[in-house]
Amino acid sequence: MANANTDSSYRAEQLIAEDIDAYLERHQHKTLLRFITCGSVDDGKSTLIGRLLYDSKLIFEDQLAALESDSRRVGTQGEKIDFALLVDGLAAEREQGITIDVAYRFFATENRKFIVADTPGHEQYTRNMVTGASTAQLAVILIDARKGVLTQTRRHSYLTHLVGIRHLLLAINKMDLVAYDQQVFDAIVAEYRAFAEQIGIQDFVAIPVSGLEGDNITLPSDRTPWYQGPTLLGYLESVELDEAWLASGPFRLPVQWVNRPNLDFRGFSGQIASGVVHPGDAVQVLPGGQRSRVARIVTFDGDLDEAHAGQSVTLTLTDEIDCSRGQVIAAVADAEDAAAATGGMAARPETAAPALAVADQFEATLVWMAEEPMLPGRGYLMKLATNQLAASITAIKHQVDINSLAREPATQLGLNDIGVCNLSTDRPVPFTPYAENPDLGGFILIDRLTNATVGAGLLHFALRRSQNLPWQHLEVDRAAHAALKGQQPRLIWLTGFPGAGKSSIANALEKKLHALGRHTYLLDGKNLRHDLNRDLGFTQADRVENIRRVGAVARLMVDAGLIVIAAFISPFRSERELLRSQMRDGEFIEVFVDTPLAVAEQRDTQGLYRRARAGELFNVTGIDSPYEPPQRPELHLDTTRMSVEEAAEAILERLFS
Amino acid sequence: MKTLTHLQRLEAESIHIMREVVAEAERPVMLYSIGKDSAAMLHVARKAFYPSPPPFPLLHVDTTWKFRAMYELRERAAAEAGMELLVHQNPEARERGINPFDHGALHTDMWKTEGLKQALDLHAFDAAFGGARRDEEKSRAKERVFSFRSANHRWDPKNQRPELWRLYNARKAKGESIRVFPMSNWTELDIWQYIHLEGIEIVPLYFSAPRPTVVRDGLILMVDDDRFPLQAGEEPVERWIRFRTLGCYPLTGAVESRAQTLPEVIQEMLLTTTSERQGRAIDHDQSASMEKKKQEGYF
Repeated sequence: MANANTDSSYRAEQLIAEDIDAYLERHQHKTLLRFITCGSVDDGKSTLIGRLLYDSKLIFEDQLAALESDSRRVGTQGEKIDFALLVDGLAAEREQGITIDVAYRFFATENRKFIVADTPGHEQYTRNMVTGASTAQLAVILIDARKGVLTQTRRHSYLTHLVGIRHLLLAINKMDLVAYDQQVFDAIVAEYRAFAEQIGIQDFVAIPVSGLEGDNITLPSDRTPWYQGPTLLGYLESVELDEAWLASGPFRLPVQWVNRPNLDFRGFSGQIASGVVHPGDAVQVLPGGQRSRVARIVTFDGDLDEAHAGQSVTLTLTDEIDCSRGQVIAAVADAEDAAAATGGMAARPETAAPALAVADQFEATLVWMAEEPMLPGRGYLMKLATNQLAASITAIKHQVDINSLAREPATQLGLNDIGVCNLSTDRPVPFTPYAENPDLGGFILIDRLTNATVGAGLLHFALRRSQNLPWQHLEVDRAAHAALKGQQPRLIWLTGFPGAGKSSIANALEKKLHALGRHTYLLDGKNLRHDLNRDLGFTQADRVENIRRVGAVARLMVDAGLIVIAAFISPFRSERELLRSQMRDGEFIEVFVDTPLAVAEQRDTQGLYRRARAGELFNVTGIDSPYEPPQRPELHLDTTRMSVEEAAEAILERLFS
Repeated sequence: MKTLTHLQRLEAESIHIMREVVAEAERPVMLYSIGKDSAAMLHVARKAFYPSPPPFPLLHVDTTWKFRAMYELRERAAAEAGMELLVHQNPEARERGINPFDHGALHTDMWKTEGLKQALDLHAFDAAFGGARRDEEKSRAKERVFSFRSANHRWDPKNQRPELWRLYNARKAKGESIRVFPMSNWTELDIWQYIHLEGIEIVPLYFSAPRPTVVRDGLILMVDDDRFPLQAGEEPVERWIRFRTLGCYPLTGAVESRAQTLPEVIQEMLLTTTSERQGRAIDHDQSASMEKKKQEGYF
């Protein structure tokens, strides 16, 4: 039976005591494996991790003393040590008896250092698991031998497979509770294999273990003589790292930072996403496609002859070309091009690589991580490698039911939902499919207002739409349009509750501008819903799309040189802010028509509130649909203290001040 | 292709994190406590931006009660890295004569916690690198690499952002700031090994020597200067000691040791059976005390 003093830890201890220099030399050459454990507390996951820490001698005496006293106080193992208590983190969680986030643990054996991402198996599992799995190369999936393959086993396997983890270890735990029965083990493995093939998992390793008793964790157990495979730790120590796979790809370096200590040095710093680079290699900078050669690989420890995936380096190029954060330095497309770029010199064979694609429309899998739902058409910030972009989801193709793995239609994604979507960015960016390289295919979405990370995504491929439709260069441009009309084009955006007086003020304003000889157009929410937006209802998703379309129309009119007045409830800050960001500075004038709900409801010019209160209408802003007032509008009109005329005057004044 | 060792991978990750912060933050700063973790972090920073010096200043939040040997290394380390060194001492704590002998927890609170907030506000730093590691203490296992603080420096454990791949979201509202821990994934042994391999200079107090000491409440304290109030009948005794962590000298317990070289120190560390933080008086109150301190703004 296994115990704390395994042979290997004993040997290490002896070496430390007798020849510390030899030990250090050995430690210095350890490799690093990051893995994730999936399963719930009930599967004995915390116990298993606690056991790994304990057996690899990472528990100190004072911690052990605390553990023993904690075990007696709140443990679940009677007089025995409760290993699970070693890994339960924050105080609040310990009191509630749950783990609610991703925790990282560290241990080392003689050959490897390990970083374990520990995630809970219940609530929030999707978000936490995807987060923990994103940096892992291997997943340990725990199965309770008494229960077999459960829905959560399928869920965990699907998610680890989705995030592209290439090594799967099935730890069939609590073998002590099924009398170390081989038939139980074999049946579970067979059932799992059938499922794994179904979702495209090529290979996995199954090991019968007991976290509590220590069987097959660090030493082969004599209670499972029928099992000849590796121990859990043995497998973790010997599994092949992703590094070689990433280094075998084409060279790509996303530029993080341009290093300019003086006028004579211009270096491009970043962590190599894939491939190998040498001085002299032909490269191009994308987007843009300018070509050059690598002059030096500069590091603090001296120039390198070679650098590969995973290393943080600084490159200098032989030519003075533009290159900044967000661009990718990549191997040139093929040997012939390389030869051309190097002036006829034969290129190294390893620089002959497929071209790095650049696109602004994608298909992607999106995992939603926020309470606030993802709405197609809403603008988000996107971080892809070292690029920050404006992005929006243009369509949800389908949602994946994480339990049944069935595809279902969806109009929005809620917390922990997974969907396959079309995605559009504000400019073309270099990328690779996630499956080829996580660094250039994995992205996060950020909420523009709260700055929270709300989604994580994996790019599949570029949609061949926008590339085929280049922008037509227009010779009579916006400045020409505006000059002919002799005015500064503007978009005056009136927002407020229904019945606040937006349309009345807009009307009065347009009359005044018209009288002044200005070229105007009034876009009214109610009118557009009879035509352009007749297919849209009043759900959150439809409201977002409504404003997106109106914004597109309004921007065209501003381009045409008009002063556009738009009167829309436009209840969400996100859409108004997106619109603002799409226009030039000073062009967008947000006017908050501030009429308290009670006053608007009392006026009830259209009978809307009465019908909503009577239960005849739903999704009415202010009643059962939210309104987010502007935080910094260009103009704030308090309609309880001014007439329609005065309000219109106030806007006019702001316009020509 | 040579496979990267674990230290090379940790270093590459830390460099990546530091460069992200410099690219995205407006006014980054590196908190420098003069300890071994700070020394390793500073060394990584020099590598990250070479041949430029690290493009941010070093900030030492001083309590005036550090060991003398620490002050001696401080200026030299900054100069060697070509970086500006900022030293902040909380004027209110100075005025009220706050000290570790008479004021207990208030000493840490005013000099360190309050002092740090003051310094960050004073210089309007929006991102501060710290040398904390996830393996130091249980509540840190879930700490993000980018840890967000509200405008009044509060840490809300429920409201931290998920961190995926190598993508760090550094966006924040005005007034908010980020504490960044580029060494999150290093362990104590990794730090020692790195210092050994890279030949990084550290405070000599990490190595054993005969030093004047007294024993109080089970801690071996070093009488580093004449501000140390000796109790009646108390006489400093010379002992061979060294320190596993360095802080304010009256609060930092030494261990008896004969380890005078780095390999010997590492050897002792690996064969020892008590964890690193045990030498700090601050943690003894209760096991979740670090977490409470963090919520209040202690690093």
